[in-house]
Amino acid sequence: MDFLTKFPEMPNKEFREMKKGIDASYKDFAREWGDLIDAMFDPLLKMLVFFEKTLVATPWPIFMIVLLGLTYWGSRSIKLVIGTFLAFVFIGYFRMWDETMSTIAIILTSVIMSVAIGLPTGIAMSRSDRTQKIVTPILDIMQTMPPFVYLIPIVMLMGIGKIPGLIAVVIYAIPPLIRLTNLGIREVDQEALEAADAFGATKRQKLFQVQLPLALPTIFAGINQTIMMALAMVIIASMIGVKGLGQPVLQSIYNQYFTKGVLYGLAIVIVAIVFDRVSQSYGQRIQKHRSGKLV
Amino acid sequence: MSDAKIQIKNLYKIFGKNPKTAMEYVKEGVGKDELLEKHNHVLGLKDINLDIPERSIQVVMGLSGSGKSTLIRHINRLIEPTAGSVTIDGDEVLKMNEEDLRSFRRSKTAMVFQRFALLPHKTVLQNTIFGLHIQKIDDETAKKSALRWIDRVGLSGYEDKYPQHLSGGMQQRVGLARALTNDGDILLMDEAFSALDPLIRKDMQDILLELQDELHKTVVFITHDLDEALKIGDRIAILKDGIMDQEGIPAEILLNPQTKYVKDFVEDVNRARVIKAKHIMDQINGQDLNNAMPINQDEFIDRFIDKVIAEKPDSLLIQDKDKNNVGFLSSKKLAEILKR
Repeated sequence: MDFLTKFPEMPNKEFREMKKGIDASYKDFAREWGDLIDAMFDPLLKMLVFFEKTLVATPWPIFMIVLLGLTYWGSRSIKLVIGTFLAFVFIGYFRMWDETMSTIAIILTSVIMSVAIGLPTGIAMSRSDRTQKIVTPILDIMQTMPPFVYLIPIVMLMGIGKIPGLIAVVIYAIPPLIRLTNLGIREVDQEALEAADAFGATKRQKLFQVQLPLALPTIFAGINQTIMMALAMVIIASMIGVKGLGQPVLQSIYNQYFTKGVLYGLAIVIVAIVFDRVSQSYGQRIQKHRSGKLV
Repeated sequence: MSDAKIQIKNLYKIFGKNPKTAMEYVKEGVGKDELLEKHNHVLGLKDINLDIPERSIQVVMGLSGSGKSTLIRHINRLIEPTAGSVTIDGDEVLKMNEEDLRSFRRSKTAMVFQRFALLPHKTVLQNTIFGLHIQKIDDETAKKSALRWIDRVGLSGYEDKYPQHLSGGMQQRVGLARALTNDGDILLMDEAFSALDPLIRKDMQDILLELQDELHKTVVFITHDLDEALKIGDRIAILKDGIMDQEGIPAEILLNPQTKYVKDFVEDVNRARVIKAKHIMDQINGQDLNNAMPINQDEFIDRFIDKVIAEKPDSLLIQDKDKNNVGFLSSKKLAEILKR
């Protein structure tokens, strides 16, 4: 009664052959195309390196002034400005400044990339139910697949380094932006669209003058989510060579450096909270006149 | 009436998966409820024929679900019909391609919406300018025109406010200014005043009538409110379950309701305020005019009834504004009409 106690599984030999076959062909693919794909991502690498170098090279008082200025411009809240100042004093005083700059550089780059890819994808999804049906399961996979799993093929293809890390971060962080762009545009009031049609707007005019502006608060919530998720990925990304706050944390895990781990962990939390609060209050501020619904 | 500005012929609209098939059932006499229950299609409009004359206000009245909002959306083709034809100035709207339709909407029509449909991220001025902005008319010209209409609807000083800072009545004034700035001959108003409270609604009705006095647009006005229909309509069409029950001038509808539905509708209306002398006069045909009291043909009954009660003439002589005799009305007939 083998059939009942043991699941009728694929024979061991065939299974091994299959895995080997797939691995071999992927390796061939990687050898053949790896360099080309590397080259394709070169501009992105240049952007990331540029951000990183600029941020690290910027004297800290200037960075602080710019950051606090942006915080005030985004939120119009003195309390938030003071909080941000204290947070970065903590980071600087406990010798984590340079790593923080690296992390901000990769967050910045991955958010720019996420918006560049996610916004058009979300718009396309909102325009056709078929596109939505195709993209939604892909987003589901991106959000549920453990990041380690898609790190494997990325590393096989491109080796260890900044770009594979960046790609991993983007894969992890982009789904909420796409989903919320799609949702925001689909939720735009039907009568506002009718009005645009009735006045003879073209599709393009409708998109840029009605749909995107009315969906903006929702899209902005998506960007906020993307920033948060990108920050959550920095530790995992550090495993494949992304510099920043993640690497010291990883070191501390391997070597059981309790204090160091906690400090760098706190630094990640601080950056996350500052980014979150500033982007959220900016999001609320732009909602003042343009609440998604019609008034 | 072939000189109609807007001519709607045999218009059908059925919502659902197979509207063409469902239309055959409707033609065989299947009603709205049965169509939904047995065939799972919604009857929007059935065989609508309506000629809307130029420079007048055509009211389309009906309760919710009667298809009145569906009908108005066929005029600028926001909704595609299942069958039928809509011609404006002799051009078939339903045959236009995308480009023609767009320029038709830009140049000939403008629409005012029940829930205003203003863009919350744009100021009053930017909202008013919207139609012209889309046509890429240069800012100076557009702004001049927009400011004129903002002033005309009484919103001067609010140009830079955002819609949500305005009351409902003011928002709809913006909606009206936006439509007028577009300067088409045809103004489509979809329950434009229904969301406003009674006093403000009356205000808006007066503004519309005042503007119409000088602009003479062809207005199609949707409402579910009979008083509103009687007040502003030159002609009224009554819709029920997608079918047009009756169409005519207000007095005709009041005096000769064709169906029970219309009869129920008009039962409680104060006729004296709606019917003019000319609506109920008879032809002059040898009656004794010597003791008749002269009355202007455009006077409403409630404007001359006091005079009639005071002087008790046997009959009234109806005259136009140049004092030419145009009709005759016996006091007995007048009393009959008011009694009914």
